[in-house]
Amino acid sequence: MSERRLPPVTQVGMLSLALILAGGIYLSSHIPDHVALGPAVILLCASALLLVGNLASLARVKGFAWQRFFEIARWALLAYVIVSGMIEYAFLRDSLSGGPLVVLTLSLVVFAVHVPVLIAFTVARYAEA
Amino acid sequence: MAAVSAPAGVGSDAHAPVVERPDFQIVPRAGLPIVAVVLILAVVGIAVNELWPLMFMHVVGGASWTIIDLFLGFVLGPIIGRMSIPARIEFTTRFMPKMVLIMPTVVTVTLAGGWQLATKLGYNQTSYPLHGWVVASYIVVGIMAVIALGLLEPANIAVLVELKKPQPNPAVIERLMKRFLYTAGATGAMQVATFVIMTKLASG
Repeated sequence: MSERRLPPVTQVGMLSLALILAGGIYLSSHIPDHVALGPAVILLCASALLLVGNLASLARVKGFAWQRFFEIARWALLAYVIVSGMIEYAFLRDSLSGGPLVVLTLSLVVFAVHVPVLIAFTVARYAEA
Repeated sequence: MAAVSAPAGVGSDAHAPVVERPDFQIVPRAGLPIVAVVLILAVVGIAVNELWPLMFMHVVGGASWTIIDLFLGFVLGPIIGRMSIPARIEFTTRFMPKMVLIMPTVVTVTLAGGWQLATKLGYNQTSYPLHGWVVASYIVVGIMAVIALGLLEPANIAVLVELKKPQPNPAVIERLMKRFLYTAGATGAMQVATFVIMTKLASG
């Protein structure tokens, strides 16, 4: 089985997910006290930057199976948009508002994009371009 | 049944003998109504917000999650590793589509029920005396989620897409199955930490 050289999309994606989860744990571990948003914002920004970097490095790969990638990514995106929507609904039902709601909503956006990217990448790396 | 070329050794698929694999659906549609019923019951359990349904969701879901992870990683994994490639392909074809439905459902019910239970009992408040243990459980679940979302689930989908090809590559299937089983074993080992935390929380 020949292995083509690809950027470390999975490793970077897992780091990005770990950062937003760390932000979520930081915020949820302070309920119901007031919590400083700074650390969560820094973690979210770092996670979003890793997502952008991941997409940019993947976009530069020549001969990648983009058709297969998008075929898988769109279904995975649908699934994770639904999942994220349900989590967002739970946040709103729990009367979450203000800064924590913004941070957690943006974290869900990163989550809903990055997980489908990881799934589609894993499938497409073994597909013919 | 579809033909699959099986290599004589891993890493080479030239002049490979052909083995049969059963036809399958990547997402088994027959299982979707069962998943829907379980998720509807979970939503109802959370909406009702009574102790017993929440405890049931969390304990039964958590037990299922733990048992599947441990059994997969430490019992089935080594057995699959010693199977012949055709047997491995047949097992994978029958087993992996079920995992696409079972694991996300079990994990969702466990975590949703657990969070609501913690909210009802006040365990997720900073005033709870064992709050540090609860935060530790968030961290353990967070690590397991990163492993599951980054490695396990993509491998699950990728192996099924590979098997759907007219000529799947057994070396790719083997590599992805190895990744799936190792990560299941890793999350299974992390479940030991969950045992420690949950028994501490239950006993006060």
